[in-house]
Amino acid sequence: MLNQSKGSGGSGNGGGTTPPVVVPFTPQVHRKDEEPGWADGLRKLYNSVVDEPLPASFESLLRKLDESEDD
Amino acid sequence: MTDRGRETAETPQDERFRKELLQVLPHLRAFARGLSGRPDMADDLVQEAAIKAWTARARYEPGTNMRAWTFAILRNHFLSEMRRSGRQTDLDEGTVERMLVMEADQEGPLHLSDMEAALRKISPERREAVLLVGASGFSYEEASVIAGCPVGTMKSRVARARADLAKLLDGG
Repeated sequence: MLNQSKGSGGSGNGGGTTPPVVVPFTPQVHRKDEEPGWADGLRKLYNSVVDEPLPASFESLLRKLDESEDD
Repeated sequence: MTDRGRETAETPQDERFRKELLQVLPHLRAFARGLSGRPDMADDLVQEAAIKAWTARARYEPGTNMRAWTFAILRNHFLSEMRRSGRQTDLDEGTVERMLVMEADQEGPLHLSDMEAALRKISPERREAVLLVGASGFSYEEASVIAGCPVGTMKSRVARARADLAKLLDGG
C-alpha cells in the first residue's frame, strides 16, 4: 500500500478541509549517474504525455475556473 | 469551488495561482497516467486534483513549488479513489518477483509501450517513486514530501524501481 502523505491536499474530503503539503522549491537536478537506455525511455514516455494537447474534457475544468473570475 | 469563487472576488494572487495551475496540468496528466495506467482515469484524477488545488489556493504560499504541491494533491486523491473502489494499491512482493523472472530474458528495442507495461509490473510505491524522480525530475527531498515518506525510503524505492525496470527492460 502506498503511504498516505501527512496532511496532504484533500483526498476524499471534498477538497477544502485538509491543508495541502507545502513543498519548498529546490532547483531540479538531473541525475547523470547510471543512465540505462530505459531511463531515457521513461522520460520520453512522461514527456509524450506532457506534450499532448489537453483533451476537450478539460474545457469544463477551465470554465469552472473562469466562472469564479467572472463573479 | 464555484460557490467559493462566487463568494470572493478574484485577487491578483488568484489569477497568478490559476496561471501556474494551468501550466502544470500537462505534468499532472503525465504523472496521473503513470500512476493509474489508464488515460481516462488519469484525466479524471487531474481534473479533481486541479479543483481541489483551486479550492485550497488560499493555503498556497507564494514560492511553493506548484508542481510538487499539486502532485501531492493528485497522488492523495488517487489513493483515496483506489481505497474507495476497493482496488489493490500494492502487490505481493512474491508476485512481483515471479513476474520479473518471467520477463527477465526479454530482448528487443525499447518501445514506449514496453515502458508502460514495465511500469505496470512494478509495485505501486516503486512506480510512484521512479515517476517522481526519474520521469518528473523531482529531487529525492521533494519526492519524499510528495509521497509522505522519509528521504531514505524514497531513495530506496527509486533504487529498487530502477533495478526492477532494468530487469524488465534491459534484461539486467
